[in-house]
Amino acid sequence: MPNLDNSLFEIGTLDQLATQDTPLHRIDPRAKLITALCFMVTVISYNRYDLAALLPLCLYPLALSAIGHLPGAYLRRKLLIASPFALLVGMFNPLFDQATLLHIGGLPISGGWVSFASILLRFALTVSAALILAASTGFTTVCMALGRLGAPRAFSTQLLFLHRYIFVLADEGQRMLRARNLRSFDGRGTGLRVYGAMLGQLLLRTLDRAQRVHRAMLCRGYDGEIRLNRRFRLRPADFAFVLGWLAFFMLARACNLPQLLGRWIMGIMA
Amino acid sequence: MSHHIVEVRGLRYCYPDGAKALSGVDFRIRHGESVAVVGANGAGKSTLLLHLNGCLAPTHGNVRIGDYPLTKATLQQVRRTVGMVFQDPDDQLFLPTVYDDVAFGPLNLGLPAEEVDERVRQALDTVNCAHLGSRPPYKLSGGEKRSVAIATVLAMTPDILVLDEPSSNLDPQARRKLINLLRGFSHTKIMASHDLDMVLEVCERTIVLHQGKVLADGPTRSIFANDALLEQSHLERPLSFRGKEAVV
Repeated sequence: MPNLDNSLFEIGTLDQLATQDTPLHRIDPRAKLITALCFMVTVISYNRYDLAALLPLCLYPLALSAIGHLPGAYLRRKLLIASPFALLVGMFNPLFDQATLLHIGGLPISGGWVSFASILLRFALTVSAALILAASTGFTTVCMALGRLGAPRAFSTQLLFLHRYIFVLADEGQRMLRARNLRSFDGRGTGLRVYGAMLGQLLLRTLDRAQRVHRAMLCRGYDGEIRLNRRFRLRPADFAFVLGWLAFFMLARACNLPQLLGRWIMGIMA
Repeated sequence: MSHHIVEVRGLRYCYPDGAKALSGVDFRIRHGESVAVVGANGAGKSTLLLHLNGCLAPTHGNVRIGDYPLTKATLQQVRRTVGMVFQDPDDQLFLPTVYDDVAFGPLNLGLPAEEVDERVRQALDTVNCAHLGSRPPYKLSGGEKRSVAIATVLAMTPDILVLDEPSSNLDPQARRKLINLLRGFSHTKIMASHDLDMVLEVCERTIVLHQGKVLADGPTRSIFANDALLEQSHLERPLSFRGKEAVV
């Protein structure tokens, strides 16, 4: 089981990756955000038995991680950590949906297995798109882009603070855990009751801190809006990035590219 | 210059749960003075400081900053004049980078981008942290965090600095740097501290709080020479002041 320390360190890695300077990192954050959102909508819009038709969309995460020098092993590991959710969602499809949908080499494949595979593929595509967005842009910049694009202020501010204080919170939790472990023996003192009390304690401390932070913000003139002294500028390359990918998504959605390719090859061979 | 005066009259404060924190505090601090607020844990030091720029509103009594009584209407003006450095820098540094944090106040004042940039540079230079601009605050050391927290306040060019336990959790060298920094400021300074050695070096005047009241108010050296007073307020003579008699 990944422990808290390591998983937070991994969040730090995401930020570290975002400090690189590659063609992908130089694209305006808003352009990357819009493209990623459109990509996700496209992926989700497919029929649940579509599997082959989804494959061309793999080009998007693969190309982006190559251009942005993002380590594939790291992204795969992150995918793996999140995969239980998708597994849980699709787990029962093969059980409930046993009607045979197709044959591969004489082996009957039920609709349930196809839709299960489709769920996993969609999960991998959407989550890797989100990871790539964060790793090529930086969490805070994504928040700012959200704000610029008209997302509710409360939402983008929340995200910003989540990212800032998750480290402080984890630190505090870890210190409490350590303090408990040092005074727990033979499994006594590690029960659910103590755990509940600790969580409650952590919540109270968090509320206190929130109040202090808010106070510090008011002291420096906070009026509901977080202002950052940075300017975004859209260049032609940003438009090309968005439009190019959108065209590709639409093409992939409108016609089943693997099928076309298959027919074409069959046509040549015939 | 009357506008750097801090005047507190008959200040009483009860927390919402009924706990009495301050029961009648009076003092007047003039332009350019360096004043320490000392006292036991729970004597009301932090509560008092929080009144000086309107983070808390008095239950009774009033606070005047320069020509303004502290009211809702003057709050913005007062907060521009009184810069508050909190005890825990993690409470004060809440943005993604040091630069953003130092720029936060000036941007809220509505200054143009270039002016903000200039102020951030100056403030970070003053605390010798110019190289930290692009770093995320949570990765700084304790001493760096403290310096940056002070810079976030300096960038708003306040006339009065209020600091809560500025030397807590600092290593000796960081503490020394802080003392030199504070001594270099010409601002009116008010700080709460248990670090009486630092108080001796930085503040010429000391206010002793005890159970929500001013027990003594006078020159630091004469207060630290009064052993009975120190004992009563749970303090003791600073190490650097042992075996000396005060020159009163």
